[in-house]
Amino acid sequence: MALVLSEEQSMLRDSARGLISDKAPVSHLRQLRDAKDATGFSRELWKNFADMGFSGLLVPEEFGGSGLGCVEAGVVMEEIGRTLVPSPFLATAVLAASALSRGGSAAQKSQHLPKISDGSLLAALAIDEGAKHRPLQTKLQAVRSGNGFRLTGDKAFVVDGHTADLVIVAARTAGAAGERDGLTLFLVDPKTKGIETERTAMVDSHNAARIKFGNVEVDADGVLGEVDQGFALLEGVLNIGRGAAASEMVGLSEEVFGRTVNYLKERKQFGKLIGEFQALQHRAAQLYIEIEITRAAVLKALQTLDGDFANAGAAVAVAKARAGSTATLAVQEGVQMHGGMGMTDQFDIGFFMKRARVCQELFGDSNFHADQLARMKSY
Amino acid sequence: MSDLEKFRRETRVWLEANCPPEMRRPMTSEADTFWGGRNTKFSSEPQQVWFERMRDKGWTVPHWPKEYGGGGLDAEEAKIVRQEMAVIGARQPLTSFGISMLGPALLKYGTELQKKQHLPKITAGLIRWCQGYSEPNAGSDLASLQTRAESDGEDFVITGQKIWTSYANYADWIFCLVRTDASAKKHDGISFILFDMASKGVSTKPILLISGYSPFCETFFDNVRVPKANVVGTVNRGWDVAKYLLQHERAMISGMGERGVGRPLGQVAADSVGTDEQGRLEDPMLRGQIATFEIDEAALACAAERAVDLAKAGQAHPAFSSAMKYYGTELNKRRYEILMSAGGVDALEWESERSKGGARARAWLRTKANSIEGGTSEVMLGIVAKRILDLPGA
Repeated sequence: MALVLSEEQSMLRDSARGLISDKAPVSHLRQLRDAKDATGFSRELWKNFADMGFSGLLVPEEFGGSGLGCVEAGVVMEEIGRTLVPSPFLATAVLAASALSRGGSAAQKSQHLPKISDGSLLAALAIDEGAKHRPLQTKLQAVRSGNGFRLTGDKAFVVDGHTADLVIVAARTAGAAGERDGLTLFLVDPKTKGIETERTAMVDSHNAARIKFGNVEVDADGVLGEVDQGFALLEGVLNIGRGAAASEMVGLSEEVFGRTVNYLKERKQFGKLIGEFQALQHRAAQLYIEIEITRAAVLKALQTLDGDFANAGAAVAVAKARAGSTATLAVQEGVQMHGGMGMTDQFDIGFFMKRARVCQELFGDSNFHADQLARMKSY
Repeated sequence: MSDLEKFRRETRVWLEANCPPEMRRPMTSEADTFWGGRNTKFSSEPQQVWFERMRDKGWTVPHWPKEYGGGGLDAEEAKIVRQEMAVIGARQPLTSFGISMLGPALLKYGTELQKKQHLPKITAGLIRWCQGYSEPNAGSDLASLQTRAESDGEDFVITGQKIWTSYANYADWIFCLVRTDASAKKHDGISFILFDMASKGVSTKPILLISGYSPFCETFFDNVRVPKANVVGTVNRGWDVAKYLLQHERAMISGMGERGVGRPLGQVAADSVGTDEQGRLEDPMLRGQIATFEIDEAALACAAERAVDLAKAGQAHPAFSSAMKYYGTELNKRRYEILMSAGGVDALEWESERSKGGARARAWLRTKANSIEGGTSEVMLGIVAKRILDLPGA
């Protein structure tokens, strides 16, 4: 398959860009932040996403979606990255839709997927427990009780956790932290007794939450996939999320870069445009090259997820690691080359820096994925 | 099954049947590269067998037209051949500046007669080419070159000196930039001309490099008589040809950073630093460096693949090969820094038997030229800044 977008994918990009740049430029995020908006995103915009078919992008057609793939989800994520629009797209339309369609029973799929597709159900994926993404280290306990399980433990960095109607929780039903076997995924209604959700507004003004589970009852129907064998499903879903986060970072990097190059062509010092200085030209060129190479690696990962899902791990690790380091470089150079203006809150560039830092941590940072790659290659 | 899937299956079967097992192992020395040419020798029988089978199939250059000795494959099919060769680790049957540099320029700018005369001898490995570009006072500022070509009836008479001419001492023919109009602006008086290195007045002198090898030469022209018919493209418009060729040269050089030469770095490092009970390298910092390197290496391979696909879709920027050249060469230097670090003191041996005559150290030193030859990294970044980013005054 050619490592370029198809005509249909380009059209999807254009329509996503049209909607997002029109309704949600960076000022949209700024308004939500300044108003301390309780939801953290615009429900009206999410309705637009549903009307355009974005919320059901990964939902199979039989459940009201369009049954598209990770490349298409990445196309939308990239546009989200350009304006940093806070959106349930990642948590609901990418993560939850993937988890349900890949691991759900017929009943679970028909209960939830149509609602994800029409935009009426918001979901969240609760994986991380500590400061760093370590899914194998999951400790949250699920103990058998009657017909179901009781969940006890804490989750952190749950994207859109405080607005979710449905939370997908990774829990340990057997084995010890660090073991692959013994992990199980649960579908949990966050209104269930024993759940405490604390919204933790993050540095990037995007949503996240800490969720405490205190002996929370979940019946057997709430198991997503197989008991004790949830890690393979989780890893697959995380890989899709990593591809999506990498796409967001490509969009973010390219936007920051575009703004920065424009600034180099406008700003005058020492009687000339600062873009005339070779010191800045070469750094701009290096950044351009990094972004182009990362873009190719990310598209490769998305295509591999769509074409050879079981063997996509290495391509995803490469993409997420590269996207993280490239975005970090892009925002650092972006702020530096904007000089004092880059440090002001009034100027948008800081939003990109903050979001890039959060995207780095999402589903494992560059170091995590470098380590993963080394493990895959046995060294 | 689509035609392409069928083609892939047939290619796989053919390669499996025809590529000798010895030609699927990582290359370990210069002798493993077959360059072709009048005076060439094969370093082993499998090398000869592999070359001849690929030549007979037209696959020394799969994507050139059949009439010029190529395989006549389209871009999609040629990509499949590359991919399937990579799957089994098949070596290139023939490496040549005729394939990677001159050929594309001839296909674009050459006359039918020139194409018929030269391309089939390239694909058949009969003629080995060298590149007469740099001069002692024309390095990064290549267009300031001074080698003169004086008009004399049907001929040009060429006098001057080239430098860093790769393998000029082994080459049969040269593609050369000469000044045909000394009064014009520097880019406007250059012609691109082909001639036989056996011509009277041509001499070469190898240059000893820090690696202890002499892959580059000084090349001298003393009143060398060359028919005007050997000019490729228009007289005094040779810079266009030169730049076009450089794009291909840069793409070729960038490939150095892409190819995993030899065994995987992780294994090489494990030999010298050892592993813990979980199989991880005992040197965690080195392990991190290798993993980060391999991420960048894999990403570059994606970018190279994408560059070909973008070109096919008509969306490629003509200067993008400069971006690839910059990244590929810097990456290859990184690879060898890691290899040296992984090898430790063992990698420093220069003349011992166990080091195969200092193979790793010499290869490491050789890579330092990657970011100089074919345009320095600084020149590449300048080209990206000017032609792609459109920065002022660049």
